[in-house]
Amino acid sequence: MQYRYKIAGGDFSNAGAVASSVKKTLRQLNIDHRLSKRIVIALYEGEVNVVAHAYSGIIDIDIDHERIKIRITDKGPGIVDIAKAMEEGYSTASTQVREMGFGAGMGLSNMKKNSDSMQITSEPGIGTAVELTTYLNGNEG
Amino acid sequence: MLITEVASKIEGRVVCCENKAAGEVEYAFSSDLMSDVLKVERENVLLITGLANLQVIRTSEMSDINCIVIARNKKLNSEIIKLATENGIVLIESPYSVFRISGELYNAGIKPLF
Repeated sequence: MQYRYKIAGGDFSNAGAVASSVKKTLRQLNIDHRLSKRIVIALYEGEVNVVAHAYSGIIDIDIDHERIKIRITDKGPGIVDIAKAMEEGYSTASTQVREMGFGAGMGLSNMKKNSDSMQITSEPGIGTAVELTTYLNGNEG
Repeated sequence: MLITEVASKIEGRVVCCENKAAGEVEYAFSSDLMSDVLKVERENVLLITGLANLQVIRTSEMSDINCIVIARNKKLNSEIIKLATENGIVLIESPYSVFRISGELYNAGIKPLF
């Protein structure tokens, strides 16, 4: 099953709508509750990142019987130093984002913790792509 | 503890999902940082926060938190209440501060997460 969602940068009132929709899909598929929670939390953090930092983004979800792949691609400022961005506590978020309760520099590490594998590629000035894979059969790959 | 008892201990007013206020909470977590709330793994957790925005509701939805106490009577707009209602999340407004709500509920036997 494949789903595609579009996200507008700065659209805080809809941040989380994709994760909410995927959560319902996973429930319909009878995916284990704890596993489903990890998947939607990683996705939600990624979705908030696009709203908070990028101009626009696309989220592609690909689910088969053994794994879910989430690919988040955005047009935006990109990440200059990915290793630095992965450090807990490091953030370039705006005051507005912090007022929403995010921007503490925990997003990427939360995404990594809640997925079986995470790959980030980024081109400064162009955008960022994050791919999250989580296996659905209970073992981590 | 029943959610209705929680509300009475903090002069709280249940704003939506009154029909779920007969449910129980065992643990509470006080935070204004949503990424921290996303680390909550337990069920039956009450969130105490000073933030009143849509992200608090979305974050609670993802973390399976079914009751939120908003401190200091922050104004909850209709969009926030609608999203909480759709997700079956009980919203409680309290005039007390996050500190006082946490203290009262801790004293009453609600357990901390960490």
